[in-house]
Amino acid sequence: MKKSSVNLLRTEGFASFSASLTAILVGLMIGFLVLLASNPTQAAGGFSAILTGGISSRKNMGQVLYFATPLIMTGLSVGFANKTGLFNIGASGQFIAGAFAAVYVGVRWTFLPGALHWMTALLAAMLMGALWGIIPGLLKVACNVNVVISCIMMNYIGMHTVNNLVTNTVFDSLNNQSQKVAASAVLPKMGLDLVFRDNTRASSANVGIFIAILASVLIYVILQKTKFGYELKASGYNSDACRYAGMNEKRNVVCSMAIAGALAGLGGALLYLAGSGKCIEVVDILAPEGFNGIPVALLALNNPLGVLLSGLFIAYLKVGGDQMQLYNFVPEIIDIIISVIIYFSAFALLFRGIIQSGLKRGGRDSGTQTVGEPPAVIKKGGIGQ
Amino acid sequence: MDYIIEMAGITKEFPGIIANDDVTLRLKKGEIHALLGENGAGKSTLMSILFGMYQPDRGIIKKNGQEVRIHNPNDANQLGIGMVHQHFKLVHNFTVLENIILGVETTRRGFLKMDKAHRRVTELSQRYNLKVDPDALISEITVGMQQRVEILKMLYRENEILIFDEPTAVLTPQEIDELMKIMKSLTAEGKSILFITHKLNEIKAVADRCTVLRKGKYIGTVAVANTTKEQMSEMMVGRKVNQVVQKEESQPGETILEAEGLCVKNKHTGKLTVNHVSLQVRAGEIVCIAGIDGNGQSELVYAVTGLLPVHAGSVTLKGRDLTHAAVRERNVSGMGHIPEDRHKHGLVLDYSLAYNLVLQSYFTPAFQKNGFLKYDAINTYAESLIEQFDIRSGQGSKTVTRSMSGGNQQKAILAREIDRDPELLIAVQPTRGLDVGAIEYIHTQLIALRDAGKAVLLVSLELEEVMNVSDRILVIYEGEIVADLNPKETTVQELGLYMAGSKRRETA
Repeated sequence: MKKSSVNLLRTEGFASFSASLTAILVGLMIGFLVLLASNPTQAAGGFSAILTGGISSRKNMGQVLYFATPLIMTGLSVGFANKTGLFNIGASGQFIAGAFAAVYVGVRWTFLPGALHWMTALLAAMLMGALWGIIPGLLKVACNVNVVISCIMMNYIGMHTVNNLVTNTVFDSLNNQSQKVAASAVLPKMGLDLVFRDNTRASSANVGIFIAILASVLIYVILQKTKFGYELKASGYNSDACRYAGMNEKRNVVCSMAIAGALAGLGGALLYLAGSGKCIEVVDILAPEGFNGIPVALLALNNPLGVLLSGLFIAYLKVGGDQMQLYNFVPEIIDIIISVIIYFSAFALLFRGIIQSGLKRGGRDSGTQTVGEPPAVIKKGGIGQ
Repeated sequence: MDYIIEMAGITKEFPGIIANDDVTLRLKKGEIHALLGENGAGKSTLMSILFGMYQPDRGIIKKNGQEVRIHNPNDANQLGIGMVHQHFKLVHNFTVLENIILGVETTRRGFLKMDKAHRRVTELSQRYNLKVDPDALISEITVGMQQRVEILKMLYRENEILIFDEPTAVLTPQEIDELMKIMKSLTAEGKSILFITHKLNEIKAVADRCTVLRKGKYIGTVAVANTTKEQMSEMMVGRKVNQVVQKEESQPGETILEAEGLCVKNKHTGKLTVNHVSLQVRAGEIVCIAGIDGNGQSELVYAVTGLLPVHAGSVTLKGRDLTHAAVRERNVSGMGHIPEDRHKHGLVLDYSLAYNLVLQSYFTPAFQKNGFLKYDAINTYAESLIEQFDIRSGQGSKTVTRSMSGGNQQKAILAREIDRDPELLIAVQPTRGLDVGAIEYIHTQLIALRDAGKAVLLVSLELEEVMNVSDRILVIYEGEIVADLNPKETTVQELGLYMAGSKRRETA
């Protein structure tokens, strides 16, 4: 098959990328309208703040990386499960379960020397997250329980269990949160604090972003290059055909949920071991990072490498949004703007459909669509049969 | 010229394909006009245009000499055009009467007035000898009866132009005969019929004239009476086609597949959908399971291939007990399976052709090493199969399978299953929905496999296929094998009686 630069424009990847881009642009436009509505005089300034805030200083750039890390991890978790046909809405529970494991190891297991300490903490978080993910997987396989429902349950079980465990094991009663982890459990900065800083104020950027990048690449390789990924994606596309081909569908569901859980759990560890002073607060609120993973994955159309970009993008909005406070916008409005943009990002799929059909129309000669009786579509939707 | 419908110069383009290219169709009042063509020839598109579901890019439609515009099916209805779709549009838990009046209900102050409608339906049913009970539930009547309900729907709306879209695909031979009679009585009452099909026998039996389409182009219109089947099939395919498959006498060898007292239970109703079925398939023979759809043949195949659990009995392949074996184990021990539903089971439609061609072998050392897929090996293998089996697609092995035509999708499955060199190939309705050329190809392949000393278990609803291809026929009725016949010593009529359950012979 010949390839030319024109054909590049017709590839699936291009359609996906431009769809995400369109979704973002539309989201930004609507966001600007909301700004205009809430405070017309400051709208322009506020809008430019949200657009440029993330690169306005070195520290802010570092903050983008810091905020992006957990988003990328939960985005990967949701996206990976989606690719295999499972909707992992339980990233929140897995995230906080992993976070607790990491914090527990970080506070208590001080006998571990140096780098081994934070690495063990990360490992513990992955195991705990995997455990939290594997339960809905097992329930699905054993009793055909809908993954979405059991995942939602596991979110609440996770939240309350972690609150309880924190109170009973690593509690800082003064601040109603978990104790600070030992210095050896804090993730190393890898020099990022020297690059991304404003004079004396260093950003919270750390090795976590590299781990997130590594995880994205790893998940990409698993999905695209391995036999395991071939099976997982096949079961996501058509589980009947998997059964027909003799794949072990049940094992795949369990594995997929375990991996998704481990990714979200690792995300929890990367946030709470970042050394930014953030501890697990004992409050009855589900970890929002888990849910934010859903738009991150959606915007990336579940592509692991795309998740990397969309995670960075949403973190960028968050940092830019914080800058809007300079223009007298209250945090609630900032949240609305970010939500609007994320909301429209969910339309990425819709835009992809439009772009693809547009490209096909433009490229009739390419002969991509093979003869098949087009009106067959209409015959569908017949009853019963 | 007294044409009731005239479609002239109809052109309809879809992205990447011209479905109709300057097509002309003239329907005389009171005739049965067949529309013949392969899959993808544009028959359905043309009818969809006539029925208002598509707008033509060019060309005009005239009714009784007056140019008309048909924007939607309601317009078509107003003009007296009705259609029996291939997949019936019926509400299963409604009665016949309720289905017929759906959309044209007579009401008084918002309440349904059924008695008048009931009288009319009964009267229409008697006039055309349809024998439909207006108060029966759709879910409780046979497919043939459901089709008559569709016909009644058109009659109730006083349509004069009736489109039948492949109406015989779901019927038994006896039901087909009766449908033909009904069609003739309809034309005797002044209705005009457009009859979409690719079965030449039926055209010969019932049609007055026949319009042939090929690849979206108008090939010609012939009078059926003075045209032979061979001529028509040549017009349709563009080359000579062997209607009857050439094959030698079979030389059965050792038993390959043996099923003993096989039972499958329906999970919900607890009924035995497969009831103590015992059968053998030997090397070098094609055994065909004939029966009307829904008599347990699907479940029987699922049980043999491991997709459904076996309730009782046993399955052995070459003496090896596989009754409770995993699907993968059956597949690697020499069982090939061309599934009934190629979209549900046979293919991962969003995967490329290459990926689909290794769906049963991606795990073998040839295509993976240490868990990593060998891309080059997969692509090379796919290219060789594409070449060998003449699988046509837009972008070769990289084509997304969803975009391929049904015939080529089926060829891909056939290639995959045959190339694994199975001892036993189970082919379920392998030619469903395919055109003459593709059917001929698949039959030839099945016979070649047989001649290579493999066992073939064929499940088919097409009697012609059953009679032509098989060496032995097992008739299944309500989950039981009711006859074991030799195709040379039986007739289509006899087969039909067994299939309908009105005759049975104890088998050994």
